[in-house]
Amino acid sequence: MADGNPGWAERPRNRRLIRRILYGACALLVVADFVVQRHISAGVERVPAFYALYGFVALVGVVLAAKGLRRLVKRGEEYYDR
Amino acid sequence: MTLPGFHPFLPFAVAALLALVTRGSLRSAVLLAAPAIGLWHLVGVEPGMVSTWQIMNLELTPYRVDELGLMFGYLFHIGAFMAVLFALHVRDTLQQVSGILYAGSAVGAVFAGDLVTLFVFWEILGLSSAFLVWAGRDERSVAAGIRYLIYQVASGVLLMAGLIWHGALTGSFAFGEIGAGTPAGILILAAFGIKAGFPLVHNWITDAYPASTPTGTVFLCAFTTKVAVYALARGFPGVEALIYIGAFMACYPIFFAVIENDLRRVLGYSMINQLGFMVCGIGIGSSLALNGAVAHAFNDVFFKGLLFMSMGAVLYVTGRSKASDLGGLYRKMPITATLCIIGAVTISAFPLMSAFVSKSMVMTALLEEGRVLVWLAMLFASAGVLEHAGIKIPYFAFFAHDAKLEAREPPVNMLLAMALAAVFCVGIGAFPGLLYGILPWEAEYHAYDLTHVLTQLQLLAFATLGVVFLHRTGRYPAEIPGVNLDVEWLWRKALPWSAGIVRSALGALAGALGRGVAGFRHGRLYLAGERGLRSALSRSWPTGSMVLWVGVFLALMLIAGVLSAGAGG
Repeated sequence: MADGNPGWAERPRNRRLIRRILYGACALLVVADFVVQRHISAGVERVPAFYALYGFVALVGVVLAAKGLRRLVKRGEEYYDR
Repeated sequence: MTLPGFHPFLPFAVAALLALVTRGSLRSAVLLAAPAIGLWHLVGVEPGMVSTWQIMNLELTPYRVDELGLMFGYLFHIGAFMAVLFALHVRDTLQQVSGILYAGSAVGAVFAGDLVTLFVFWEILGLSSAFLVWAGRDERSVAAGIRYLIYQVASGVLLMAGLIWHGALTGSFAFGEIGAGTPAGILILAAFGIKAGFPLVHNWITDAYPASTPTGTVFLCAFTTKVAVYALARGFPGVEALIYIGAFMACYPIFFAVIENDLRRVLGYSMINQLGFMVCGIGIGSSLALNGAVAHAFNDVFFKGLLFMSMGAVLYVTGRSKASDLGGLYRKMPITATLCIIGAVTISAFPLMSAFVSKSMVMTALLEEGRVLVWLAMLFASAGVLEHAGIKIPYFAFFAHDAKLEAREPPVNMLLAMALAAVFCVGIGAFPGLLYGILPWEAEYHAYDLTHVLTQLQLLAFATLGVVFLHRTGRYPAEIPGVNLDVEWLWRKALPWSAGIVRSALGALAGALGRGVAGFRHGRLYLAGERGLRSALSRSWPTGSMVLWVGVFLALMLIAGVLSAGAGG
């Protein structure tokens, strides 16, 4: 970095550490899904690690769909002033 | 008949008057004292208190206390204290007077026992808050404020028409369950719906909130939509359409929030998304769902308030609120960044945070009622919240690429207000009994069972993993300047465009008739005759044109009111 003193959030080591903690947490939560007896209200909840799969797919889906939406609706900043 | 104790609106009205004649720290003390004294008084008020008032032939109930009103009463007093504290450094009579009056009218609305009193506070609510938008004092905020007021006035007109019709049908103006079974009920539902940000009439939130001042937006986000949620919960519990309206509100704004560049506008979309959970809960109508809806409204004032405050602090310090201009502020504003992250974690509904204990009530109620498809939609929306409010807001403001902006922590009153909100976010999350104890309906619910905690953590952890995946593979959309078209395009672009065609056609016609139409061609309406008005009505801009517009709208409202009175009678 230009100022020679990157903050903790810019250091690659810390970023890697944060990512690894997330990966570890995700792994633990999937393992827990097979250990813990969840209450089931809707049939779809019987899918193993349903919430994990749904969370990942929903988020990626939202962002990719929003990128498509941007192509349709994005205009220049001064659009309404012209 | 004398009022028992005093009407809860009174401290706010008195403070608004005193604020006009005081200055500096005395005024600050007056503004802080109003919600503090009001809350102190309210703690001693018992449900069941009613006072009636005979005015001409009408018997009104300007003051009615029950558990539902009381819960929102507590909320609005604490919210008002928080917003006043956040704005304590501001020296602007317009904002300070309209802010406290606005908060007071929200308090008045939730204690209104009849629809006529509700209407009065409904109007003060709309009008006083418009001044908070105009307080931005630039071209954008003046224009956005006028658009904002049009929505608020439309809501007021619908409410007045509906209440007169409803009164004629039922012989009573009492504000209880109304239901959507009559045209009068539909009119009132539409009036509430505008203020609740229903689809198609939602753009006043995303238009006006980011146009207000850093502190004005904090007032705005606390009251109007929450009064609407209160009114829907009282008037329309169990109206099935609200389930679907709520689900739609929870889902569609997340797409816009992902691509929006102005972070305060992102929060506007996020607000509609959260309102969706509340509206859906009201539509389900079970005790658990209704409790969940109002509990979520309670929590939203603090977590959404905290997010708006942190972005307000960033705007105040740097003069910017666009993601493409910001970044890297965490080193210069570590306290603000930490508080913002608390708000972000809360709105994402992590366990131990307030939104978790209220949102899960609505989700559980959906499953109990066997509405699996709606539940899946709301679960989808929950993952979406994490992206735009949980990660995007703190990430682009405080991390991302360092924009090398000059920055420091905001004034201490701002930090204290944010800390107060953070205490409510964590406190209610850790001790949900505090909130559950004041919920109006009887329903047994425990947020912290193993299934809830585990499934929510799975959802959020893997949604976060989704963000990391998108980032690492270069699929995450960059923040770029621009505006995104929404429904408002119809009246901000298509309507003036067609009006322009009509105008030039008329101009051509008039020209053909040999009349001059100079002056008819140019110009934005709000600038017309500005100079003359300025000296006549007020010396400081833009109060002059504001006063004119307020006059115009009040006149329109009166005409509409008289017309609808004629129709209803």
